[in-house]
Amino acid sequence: MKALAELLKGIRPEFDFSASRDFIADGMLDSFDMVTLVSTLDKTYGISIEGTDILPENFSSLETIAALLRKYHVAL
Amino acid sequence: MNFKFHHKRITGMLAVLPAREASFIDEMRNFNFPVSRSLKLKEVMGYDKHRLVEPGVCVSDLAVHGLQRLFDAGLLQPSEIDALLLVTQCPDYFMPPTSNIIQGRLNLKQDMLCLDINQGCAGFVIGLLQAFLLLEQECIRKVVLVNADVMSRKTSTKDRNSYPLIGDAASITIVERDAEDSLIHANLRMDGTRNEALMIPAGGFRLPSSAETAVLEDVGDNNFRGKDHLRMDGSAVFNFVQVEVPPMVEDLLALAGKRHEDVDYYAFHQPNKFMLQKLADKMKIPYAKMPMNVVERFGNSSGVTIPLAIVSNLAGQVTKERLFMCLAGFGVGLTWSSMLMPLGQLNFCEIVDYT
Repeated sequence: MKALAELLKGIRPEFDFSASRDFIADGMLDSFDMVTLVSTLDKTYGISIEGTDILPENFSSLETIAALLRKYHVAL
Repeated sequence: MNFKFHHKRITGMLAVLPAREASFIDEMRNFNFPVSRSLKLKEVMGYDKHRLVEPGVCVSDLAVHGLQRLFDAGLLQPSEIDALLLVTQCPDYFMPPTSNIIQGRLNLKQDMLCLDINQGCAGFVIGLLQAFLLLEQECIRKVVLVNADVMSRKTSTKDRNSYPLIGDAASITIVERDAEDSLIHANLRMDGTRNEALMIPAGGFRLPSSAETAVLEDVGDNNFRGKDHLRMDGSAVFNFVQVEVPPMVEDLLALAGKRHEDVDYYAFHQPNKFMLQKLADKMKIPYAKMPMNVVERFGNSSGVTIPLAIVSNLAGQVTKERLFMCLAGFGVGLTWSSMLMPLGQLNFCEIVDYT
């Protein structure tokens, strides 16, 4: 989880992601940030998150992102 | 809806690009975003250069320039053109049809069909379908398919969701009968219930342009645009493409009795690099078989991107040999369509600048 929080910080350094329960609703990640995050996760973990999984609900919190990564067999 | 055609082929392709080239690096200051975020987007989406018309340049200007070039080079005779199909979302006027304007400016014969088709990113495949249908008629031997858009004129320079990727361009594709039995398969889907995902809200009869529709509004994410401008629901469009396009292509391959290994190249519409990489990954298509560089080199010019991907990446091959191609267009409407066809040996396959 800490590594994930660091990746998010690299994309939006101005936010404290641990203080939010919904990154999308709180305006911390927009659709282009999600694209940047997916590209970063793909490269970091050697996966390709499918386009149909790039939905706001999969990127709303550290827990939902972790759950998505587990789907691609990424151990956090 | 599935289609099958025999004895039809493309014999030449020309792309017309405005000479003016703009750079995302130079334009970043127009967007209210930190430079670091914009640079990350540049890398992921493939934003870099895009071609833009000068103020006042219209679709008919690009088309006439390209067709005159073909006439001058002896690659096309004006008298040969039995049908002129223009696929555009940027007509010179509401009326008359822009294809008639092109016909008039070039003094083409009266014994011909001029037809405007209002389509966007699927417009190349839609235009080919129409050309093939026309070629079933004895009186039509040569169809000139023009795809052209100057959408930069309807895109807010302060909308980072759209402006960096938009490009202006035209393409001219010559479509004729083929003595060989060149079997072509195509499929097509449309969903008008999602028509608002890509639209220009004002400027038609429903909401005429006015001082009010020209006002830039804060539309969130630090983007500003008016109702006169292109509005793209990026998330909805992305999801639509990822959900609908892979099964469409797989269905078409099955219909044609082909496998991915039989396809030499996948010339898909070019919305951005990220979206194409995700499609290729999903369908397990090697990146080398799917050109993805049109947005970074020229911008996304709607229905022109498929011919532009071919002309800018495969000209050396398609003028020498016959390739087996998979085309796919997807966008406004919503519309999505794909086609499996042999392509080559073309009589010409070139790019010219419009100055």
